[in-house]
Amino acid sequence: MLTAIAIMALGAILLGAMLGFASIKFKVEGDPLVEKIDSLLPQTQCGQCGYPGCRPYAEAIAKGEEINLCPPGGTEGVQKLADLLGREVKPLNAEEKPKQIAIIDENTCIGCTLCIQACPVDAIVGAAKQMHTIVAKLCTGCELCLPPCPVECISMEPVPETLQNWKWKHPVFAIKPVPPQKAA
Amino acid sequence: MFQIFKFNGGVKPPSHKTQSVTEPIGVAPLPSRLVVPLHQSIGGTPRPVVKTGDRVLKGQLIGEADGWISAAVHAPTSGTVRDVGMYLQPHPSGLTAASVVIEPDGKDEWIERVPVDYRKLSLPEVQKALQQAGIVGLGGAAFPAHGKLVAPAQNPIDTLVINGGECEPFITCDDMLMRERAEGVVRGTAIYRDLLQARQVLIGIEDNKPEAVAAMREAVARLGEDFQVVAVPAIYPAGSAKQLIRMLTGKEVPSGKLPTTIGIQCYNVATAYATWRAIEFGEPLISRLLTITGNVERPRNWEVLVGTPIDELLALAGPKADTDGVIMGGPMMGFAVPDAQVSIIKASNCLIARSPGLFPPNLPEMPCIRCGECARACPADLQPYEMYWFARAKNFGKAQEYHVFDCIECGCCSFVCPSHIPLVQYFRFAKSEIWARERDKQAADTAKNRYEFKLEREEREKAEKAEKLAKAAAAQAAKKAAEQAAAEQAGAAADVAPSTATTPPADDPEAAKKAAIAAAMERAAAQRAAAQPQNTDALTPAQQQEIDQIEARRAQAGIAEDTAASEKNQP
Repeated sequence: MLTAIAIMALGAILLGAMLGFASIKFKVEGDPLVEKIDSLLPQTQCGQCGYPGCRPYAEAIAKGEEINLCPPGGTEGVQKLADLLGREVKPLNAEEKPKQIAIIDENTCIGCTLCIQACPVDAIVGAAKQMHTIVAKLCTGCELCLPPCPVECISMEPVPETLQNWKWKHPVFAIKPVPPQKAA
Repeated sequence: MFQIFKFNGGVKPPSHKTQSVTEPIGVAPLPSRLVVPLHQSIGGTPRPVVKTGDRVLKGQLIGEADGWISAAVHAPTSGTVRDVGMYLQPHPSGLTAASVVIEPDGKDEWIERVPVDYRKLSLPEVQKALQQAGIVGLGGAAFPAHGKLVAPAQNPIDTLVINGGECEPFITCDDMLMRERAEGVVRGTAIYRDLLQARQVLIGIEDNKPEAVAAMREAVARLGEDFQVVAVPAIYPAGSAKQLIRMLTGKEVPSGKLPTTIGIQCYNVATAYATWRAIEFGEPLISRLLTITGNVERPRNWEVLVGTPIDELLALAGPKADTDGVIMGGPMMGFAVPDAQVSIIKASNCLIARSPGLFPPNLPEMPCIRCGECARACPADLQPYEMYWFARAKNFGKAQEYHVFDCIECGCCSFVCPSHIPLVQYFRFAKSEIWARERDKQAADTAKNRYEFKLEREEREKAEKAEKLAKAAAAQAAKKAAEQAAAEQAGAAADVAPSTATTPPADDPEAAKKAAIAAAMERAAAQRAAAQPQNTDALTPAQQQEIDQIEARRAQAGIAEDTAASEKNQP
């Protein structure tokens, strides 16, 4: 009886020590799930989901926030998040837009630098009282530069189709209405 | 006897090759204008180095290679640059891209041509020369040729395969090249053999071109080379690099790898010929052989300048009345050109005039019955019927698992499909969607890195600013303390009451900051008091008089005081 208790107690102590050691030795910094969710988000840092950037939204999703709040990710992004988290696919809570980039009308720009400060990816170049311009290759289309502009010289334009980004179209069945047949 | 291996699958479509080989190669007359696209090879888009109105000579550089995988573009004849702008491209998309329009002056005046002595140059120098000469793979993919020259020290090449397969129906330009210009092809092959230091050279030609095989064998013997000219069975797609390598060497290029990983490199016969012209005569790649055939009166091979509009070339062959379109490339892998105005590029090997008789309209697509014919026909040993399901359902991950990227888009599966499913279209769709996702992913990663960098920079700037402020405040406090000490020393006996309270201790940053601000405001006030309007000293009497008059008028109008008041309000 006593031996049995002693053995159980010894086992408990041993296992407890091992668990304690493991929790220190193999400590994971941050939440790995957040990392995975973050890698599925489009990283536009646009805040259209209501969170200040993609990572905060990823953290919120990990805590149970809806997965359909990211318009740049589109329906496909929702699908991917649903697959990762095993949740139900929901329709996007905003309309899906084609990918756009910001363009500065350089005749109207007064060089106030407000858009430069707003750009989350430093894709706008220019200096005070100098014309600004957007590096199209780096622009994520987040629209964060639109509100601060005092002269409204920034507009969003859809990304033009070029030979480099052109895609083969989905070969679809051509469904044609059958002409009504005359009764013989 | 040379042992020839086999690849699985393949098809035997009717060849239609005999019509266009009856006449020797003709030289196409100078067109009325040339539209030379800048982006003609895989890789970066060359930057234009000419502008509207410039006179250019034949062979002059007009587009400078952008990056390593990119090849230069040259003026195909002498003339005047009429425009540098966006023009319709010979591409299935029907999109426009940057092109240089040249109006020929008819003189066809060459720029100075400098031969390249490749034996005396290092490999990187030869590569640079080939890139400058704009040599790209002329078999169809248009991969810059210099990019395929691997250093023998790092990647020893055992076998150099020269591809004279030309397996697609209708096309005969490589056939005619080998018949008429075999010596150039062999000399070009020798250049690649020397550069790659290949142990053996195999020239693979389909056995439906006996004249080309004989001409090549004769040229190899005459030049005393030890190349083996091998006639391979004519089965489509024997002219695809991977399939030809398998037939000649029995080795299979691993999935997703280059032939160089198994010690083999492959060039097209026309590429070898163009390389020889570039090395031996210093001629950049500005023309190529082109088969014009199909529904025309006089099918033939022509030597055409890159940039020649298609309609002018078709007129040479005399299209028949029922021609309803043009296919660029072969019937298996080619595409219908969006408009007859588009021009020939380095990768164009054939123009086929289409007619309903020659190319009946596609039969309607019917459901897949999983007969497996496509898998039996696939020369890349894939399962097209599986990939078809996944591509159709846009399940691209699964399509990739079934190796959609090993598909060479040869069209054998579509050719044999009893349900007339355009399988290749689905695979092209899947591939371009997967590439687009890859690009999006890379863009997202870049954006994330840049965002994180921006956050970090903002943090750092904040810290630096705070540090600077603290330092300035400390310096100010120290100065004040020193002044005070001096004052105390000077008037030690006197009644020194002031400023002990106003001088803050140096270790209190808040108070230091306040003190610094107060000091700065004092200085600014002093400066303002000292400042004089600069444009009012040194006035001429006339100016002074004018000012006085204005002041007088202002006084009369009673606005002088208002102005003064408002001036006071705006320091």
